Amino acid sequence: MLESTYELLHVYPPVKGVQHIQLHRPDALNALNTQLLGELATVLGLAETDDSIRAVVLSGSKRAFAAGADIKEMADRDLVGILKDPRQQSWLAITQFSKPLIAAVNGYCLGGGCELAMHADILIAGKDAQFGQPEINLGIMPGAGGTQRLVRAVGKSLAMQMVLTGQAISAQQAKEAGLISEITQPELTLQRATDIATTIAQKSPLAVRLAKEAILKGMDTDLATGLRFERHAFTVLAGTEDRNEGIKAFLEKRPPVFSGR
Amino acid sequence: MSFEHIVYSVESGVALLSLNRPQSLNSFNEAMHLEVREAFKRIKKDKQVRVLVLTGEGRGFCAGQDLSDRNVDPTAESPDLGLSIDKFYNPLIKAIQDLPMPVICAVNGVAAGAGANIPLACDLILAARSAKFIQAFCKIGLVPDSGGTWFLPRLVGMAKAKEMALLGGAVTAESALEMGLINRVEEDDELREKALELARSLATQPTQGLAYIKRALNQSFDHGLDEHLELERDLQRLAGQTKDYREGVAAFMAKRAPEFIGE
Repeated sequence: MLESTYELLHVYPPVKGVQHIQLHRPDALNALNTQLLGELATVLGLAETDDSIRAVVLSGSKRAFAAGADIKEMADRDLVGILKDPRQQSWLAITQFSKPLIAAVNGYCLGGGCELAMHADILIAGKDAQFGQPEINLGIMPGAGGTQRLVRAVGKSLAMQMVLTGQAISAQQAKEAGLISEITQPELTLQRATDIATTIAQKSPLAVRLAKEAILKGMDTDLATGLRFERHAFTVLAGTEDRNEGIKAFLEKRPPVFSGR
Repeated sequence: MSFEHIVYSVESGVALLSLNRPQSLNSFNEAMHLEVREAFKRIKKDKQVRVLVLTGEGRGFCAGQDLSDRNVDPTAESPDLGLSIDKFYNPLIKAIQDLPMPVICAVNGVAAGAGANIPLACDLILAARSAKFIQAFCKIGLVPDSGGTWFLPRLVGMAKAKEMALLGGAVTAESALEMGLINRVEEDDELREKALELARSLATQPTQGLAYIKRALNQSFDHGLDEHLELERDLQRLAGQTKDYREGVAAFMAKRAPEFIGE
């Protein structure tokens, strides 16, 4: 049941509105090279406009979600090379994906891998998962949101500790800090992430999209602006068929059928 | 890597890992730690292995840390004992607990210090009649490590745990059995064969299912009932997906002996 024309990704056809994308670079613990990031940006770009996809689950392997960037590739880039780094475009495409993205993390989730996972809206991790930003050990620093998204998720002290020491934290610590929302048995991480995505896929896609946008907006703006955005988004939904259906179904005590309009 | 400080073999689904520094009661030095670690790597990779038996060569099982590796010079700075625990002992205890198969410990003689606690991390403990368990740490100003202070209260209750850890006396195999610290006492010359016999029969069982049982029991003291019921549900979900579960049910229905493959 695999529809993959990609070399470093397994892309599965959507089931109940959920598309599963698996990072697949087994010989390198899914290290994120330019090609892998490019393929991921492409798939998410296609998922963006595909109405049959309402949520995406992103997973790696049992051993590693993604163990970092591709260091060999990075070594070949000088200052100008980094300035023209094509990866930036890929990161941007992942950032701009407007549908819910759920990461199912097992094993190593380090460096660029941790940064990628933090692009997800919801993170579910197996109890053996390890999260870290070890860039400092190479004389560099996180360059795809590691210093920004991490601190927003776990607070200053832990973010500083992780980024400055390069030491990883356990799934348990990640959950306590708020980086992930649930811990599962490793064999069930994907199933749990898929269950959550499937639940979301049953909701009105317009409401889901605006709610996601409102939360992300609120994270990088002041409260008044965030509240104003929320109110506008809330008001926009008043003009949708799905809102009428949702409220009507509730009053008639039946499950709603959302059309996405 | 060929082994010098351990003996490692695999036969009919059973891996036998025997500590092999008999001249120093199989106490751990760095080289032995590294070999044990390598053996665990092989066990995890080797699809043939469905049970591990852990034992020792010679008259002792394991006397813990080789103290000759630890010259404490009274004029030097204090050593950091946490380093070798972080690097070797803790990963070993976790490796035993996390190994997705039953681990049988055959305690063939004196088990002291970390050597008294490594068996406690295993799933089934058989001891030779002459074996003794000694929480020797308190005699040199240290704390039972390798999970000792965690396993003991769970196995024998707090009163006995404190007695063993604070007084550091030798506990015979007989009293260890009485206390519930171990599962069986065997005659010295029969211990290894009895352990292997038990291992060979376990190696024909549904290994994956046994691994889930082990996981559930190892976590039982750390969960509230609600959380643990959820864990049981999750593990049962996984167990229900194994080939051995289908085989078990099919064999039961057909009134024949099941043939489990461990998957």
